[in-house]
Amino acid sequence: MPAAANEFVRSLQERVRTAAATRTQLLIRAGGSKDFYGNAARALHDVLDPRPYCGVIDYEPTELVITARSGTPLSEVECSLAKHNQMLAFEPPHFGASATLGGSIASGLAGPRRMTTGPIRDFVLGATLLDGHANVLSFGGKVMKNVAGYDVSRSLAGSLGTLGVILDVSLKVVPRPATEQTMQFDLPEADAIERANQWAGQPLPISATAWLDGVLSVRLSGSNAGVRTAQARLGGTPVADPAALWIGLREQTHAFFQDTDDATLWRLSVLPTAPPLNLGASLIEWRGGQRWVWSNVSAAEVRSKVEAVGGHATAFRCRDRDNVFHPLAPTLAQIHRRLKNEFDPAHIFNPGRMYFDL
Amino acid sequence: MNAPLLQRHAPQLLAERIPLEGTGAIDVERQRAVVAALKVFLPEHCVLWREEDTRPFECDGLTMYRQLPMIVALPETEDQVARIARVCFQMQVPIVPRGAGTGLSGGALPHGRGVLLSLTKFNRILKIDRLACTAVVQPGVRNLAISEAVSHLGLYYAPDPSSQIACTIGGNIAENSGGVHCLKYGLTLHNVLRVRGVTVEGEIIEVGSEAFDSPGLDLLSLVMGSEGMLLITTEATVKLLPKPICQQVVMASFDDVGKGGDAVAAVIAAGITPAGMEMMDRPAVAAVEPFVNAGYDLNAESILLVESDGTREEVDEEIAHIEAVLKTNGATRLEVSQSEAERHRFWAGRKAAFPAMGRISPDYYCMDGTIPRKRLGEVLKAIATMEVKYGLRCANVFHAGDGNLHPLIMFDCNNPDSVMRAERFGFEILELSIAVGGTVTGEHGVGVEKIHQMCQQFDPATLESFFAVKRAFDPPGLLNPGKVVPTLSRCAEYGKMHVHGGQLKFPELPRF
Repeated sequence: MPAAANEFVRSLQERVRTAAATRTQLLIRAGGSKDFYGNAARALHDVLDPRPYCGVIDYEPTELVITARSGTPLSEVECSLAKHNQMLAFEPPHFGASATLGGSIASGLAGPRRMTTGPIRDFVLGATLLDGHANVLSFGGKVMKNVAGYDVSRSLAGSLGTLGVILDVSLKVVPRPATEQTMQFDLPEADAIERANQWAGQPLPISATAWLDGVLSVRLSGSNAGVRTAQARLGGTPVADPAALWIGLREQTHAFFQDTDDATLWRLSVLPTAPPLNLGASLIEWRGGQRWVWSNVSAAEVRSKVEAVGGHATAFRCRDRDNVFHPLAPTLAQIHRRLKNEFDPAHIFNPGRMYFDL
Repeated sequence: MNAPLLQRHAPQLLAERIPLEGTGAIDVERQRAVVAALKVFLPEHCVLWREEDTRPFECDGLTMYRQLPMIVALPETEDQVARIARVCFQMQVPIVPRGAGTGLSGGALPHGRGVLLSLTKFNRILKIDRLACTAVVQPGVRNLAISEAVSHLGLYYAPDPSSQIACTIGGNIAENSGGVHCLKYGLTLHNVLRVRGVTVEGEIIEVGSEAFDSPGLDLLSLVMGSEGMLLITTEATVKLLPKPICQQVVMASFDDVGKGGDAVAAVIAAGITPAGMEMMDRPAVAAVEPFVNAGYDLNAESILLVESDGTREEVDEEIAHIEAVLKTNGATRLEVSQSEAERHRFWAGRKAAFPAMGRISPDYYCMDGTIPRKRLGEVLKAIATMEVKYGLRCANVFHAGDGNLHPLIMFDCNNPDSVMRAERFGFEILELSIAVGGTVTGEHGVGVEKIHQMCQQFDPATLESFFAVKRAFDPPGLLNPGKVVPTLSRCAEYGKMHVHGGQLKFPELPRF
């Protein structure tokens, strides 16, 4: 580790020690591109900015592994990979130019390709974490297969800083597909969900689906031969500018996300085969598994409808950012509290961001 | 499966010098009390305690270590599992969950003051959802049975550990098992969506979800590969994949193991993700060829098998690409399977590698380190030096795609000195794996076998945080205690220290 990075980690350790002793709450915040996500930060806190801790530490394309510091801009990581025709498989949203790698891991959000490639945690191979005891812990490693000890590094994906400050992350990366094509089909909502699920269960190189306003878009990614034959089989109308479509959905710059008449944008994570939920204007991704809904319906009603189809609801963009995440079953909530008490006994890191008692 | 066939007790094993938790004689008084408490709700045939009944459970696939359990419980319902957990919680009795007992690291080694909880009666597939491509299964369902049950739908369950005809999905979850197709299709972690289980307090919990994610912290990641130490699995939802239309394999020979390793890197650099990429060194090829007549090149220093799957068109394109890359990277011989029979024949040797060792050596000890692929040549050379040092032969099979090396150390269990040398040989390989930036276990788990090497792979603060995770799920520490995570006093007694940044602290010192 270069002296500057080393020195920065030591200064963070000192800050954590002091914060724990004085019960000072620390808001872990780099570029702030995901400030809108999660419960609103508490009024009294200090900001801990990990951006000075940045840079790619190790990247060997032939090992399919990249290790970088959490303050590294996400765009820098993606550029390094693109030079070797590789990419992050989960297509993380940036939500702004200031997005960092650490913020992407901590928020756990994934883009259209997650449908077939898997969530962020599937690609986390190792991580170092600064916990509430000011210890730097090192989990996992830089190899593909590693079952030594509990997989704490993977559980940091989506942890929203509740367990500590993510320092270094090692990720499995994948080759970019040789070619991509997006086809569109006119289908009503229920038919689109069924069709997307049927196709996903066949040996077709589908990497994303999205349904909006009676049109199902299907992205094919893979070898030239594979995409060509799948395209011939599925038919449909090719999209003129597929990159604009998928980036617009990933970054929520698409017109669908621009409504702002005081409604809440819900992210519903449900059984991909669940029928239409009729809660409001909808955009459906991941076969049917991720549904974006603008709605003025009460949180209680949204949550109960979603629970009935085996899922959970997040108030993704909303006015009063309180209890945005789906409540946990009591036994799970208890394990969450115990984990928090073990890793951050003074409750200094991002208190309340995920749940009020974490 | 594939276990070292150690028949005789070997007195010099490390675990006997630093005793493991829960070893020793059975406390008959306590046994009587716990049996009585369990028989309140368990039928007679579900509680075993006489030695002749509990003896078959004394070890798992790592037969070097044996311990008689105080009691074996064979529950038939989730409610019975929960009640067993509550009784054990009240009476402070350890529980060791067990599936088929094929594990290779002693994760299901019984506890002498505990209940061995066998889940073999949980052997039903509860639901198959064709449209969602999922199956809900009980933990005692065999890995291969899932694929067999959904084959007619054109689906399969991807992880294929070599013991797949016998091992259970509950055990796969406990070990986060892999197989030969991990590079493209992932480990158990990537193919299980949801786990339902019983906590140490006897509560039912569900981690993960049949939806794409679940709220809160990702506890499924912690449970996967937790070796029965966080909860007792009673049900799981697994992901099913569409069966590829076509599969073909390229077999390549190399006159140098380093060149073979470079060719593997070149395939990856070319942007190819093969369905499987397996390597065998010369001793492994020499051992298996007479056993299976796969047509392997006996003059090669290493043999590489690279499989492509997909549609006919995809496979044709990829196979041509793979051949071209291997040719420019020094393959001395190339063959492409021209039929399903030929493809199976190419694979037969690799799949029979472990049993083939049994033909040329009385016993073998299978190691499981994962290393960065680029260090392969160097690691194989070091292993060759160790063969001389310990006076034992070693053949190497390698999941080349993901860097998971399985050295097979050949020894004789009837010779205590040979057993001790085999163990030390194995430990030196594990320590070398850590030193080159890898891990002591890629897919077999830590169990009791590699508990001491954990002292070297992780620093004391990280080991303590593993105990913290354990306490969050299991505050009294009753689920499979004494496995996987060594106490700091055990590490001190073992006398090995954490390897910092891939560098041994005193590289000049002999490591045994």
